[in-house]
Amino acid sequence: MTGEAIALKSDVPFPPTVGDFYLPSIVPWGDHNSLWFTKITALVWVTVALLIIFFMVAYRKPTLVPSKAQWLAESAYGFVRDNIAVEMLGARGVRFAPYLTTLFLFIIFNNLWSIVPLLQISPNSHIAFPAFLALISYVMFNYVGIKKFGFGKYMRKSLIPPAPWFVLPILIPIEFFSTFLVRPFSLAVRLFANMFAGHMLLLVFTLGGFAMLQANVFLAPVSVLSWVMTVALTLLELLVIVLQAYVFTVLTASYVQGAVAEDH
Amino acid sequence: MITAAVDGSLAAIGYGLAAIGPGIGVGLIFASYIQSTARQPESSRMTLPYVWIGFAVVEALALFGIAFGFIWASA
Repeated sequence: MTGEAIALKSDVPFPPTVGDFYLPSIVPWGDHNSLWFTKITALVWVTVALLIIFFMVAYRKPTLVPSKAQWLAESAYGFVRDNIAVEMLGARGVRFAPYLTTLFLFIIFNNLWSIVPLLQISPNSHIAFPAFLALISYVMFNYVGIKKFGFGKYMRKSLIPPAPWFVLPILIPIEFFSTFLVRPFSLAVRLFANMFAGHMLLLVFTLGGFAMLQANVFLAPVSVLSWVMTVALTLLELLVIVLQAYVFTVLTASYVQGAVAEDH
Repeated sequence: MITAAVDGSLAAIGYGLAAIGPGIGVGLIFASYIQSTARQPESSRMTLPYVWIGFAVVEALALFGIAFGFIWASA
């Protein structure tokens, strides 16, 4: 059962738990043990549909003087191409701009569900989605690097920093750990934990309001303060949503840059 | 006789401790950015991507704290 539904009942189970993230199934309706098609799944499909339809419609008949939709699509693409791809990767960044734009918009829309009233949960608050996006970035930057330098040279370049020989036994394991293990892991966990913590915060203050309302006469007025905090945190979430989408894209671009850079 | 008892999860205290380092780190990053921009305003756009990369890398530690708190609390 979702936190929102419980809150309207008589006694509020106040501290929200991880269980609040596992929403009941849509098909079959209301089943708790079936996680094949839930609100999360539905929202991911809606995001994908929105993105595809929006860009198809916006670029159906491109004109020199753009329509509103075309302008919006072009400025989204232009932002990622100029401010992320070209800024990080230089001239070769244009080749990566379509993927980075898709990534940026996919994350931003997926995150945005966490503050859309009544939906208010982001698919990215389940680690499966960020983990897969991080996996794509991981495979991409390694593939690009190996394609450019060949496996041996790429490994040598990314594992052996220019340093005196006697520190290399320490540096090589550290470089390996940070480049090949921590990078994909931290990409995934960063996005996941931000969305997870954001949803948790909103739950704490929303449910906390209901809990105080029913606690006693003196605490009841304080619940208003709790709901005001919910609104304030929703605005904070908006900032986090955009920031995390930007950070994920910039980091992907910078990893690609690190993989294809000529020297350190 | 029990006169006082504390229950709940130590994970909350653990996370509080885990957030100290990243808190200082993120503060340092933005402090340096503000300082460098004040000294050399035209460099602000050039350094901005690195600010966000640095911010993201440092912040990751605090976020690991959140994730692991839940992972180890249930174990």
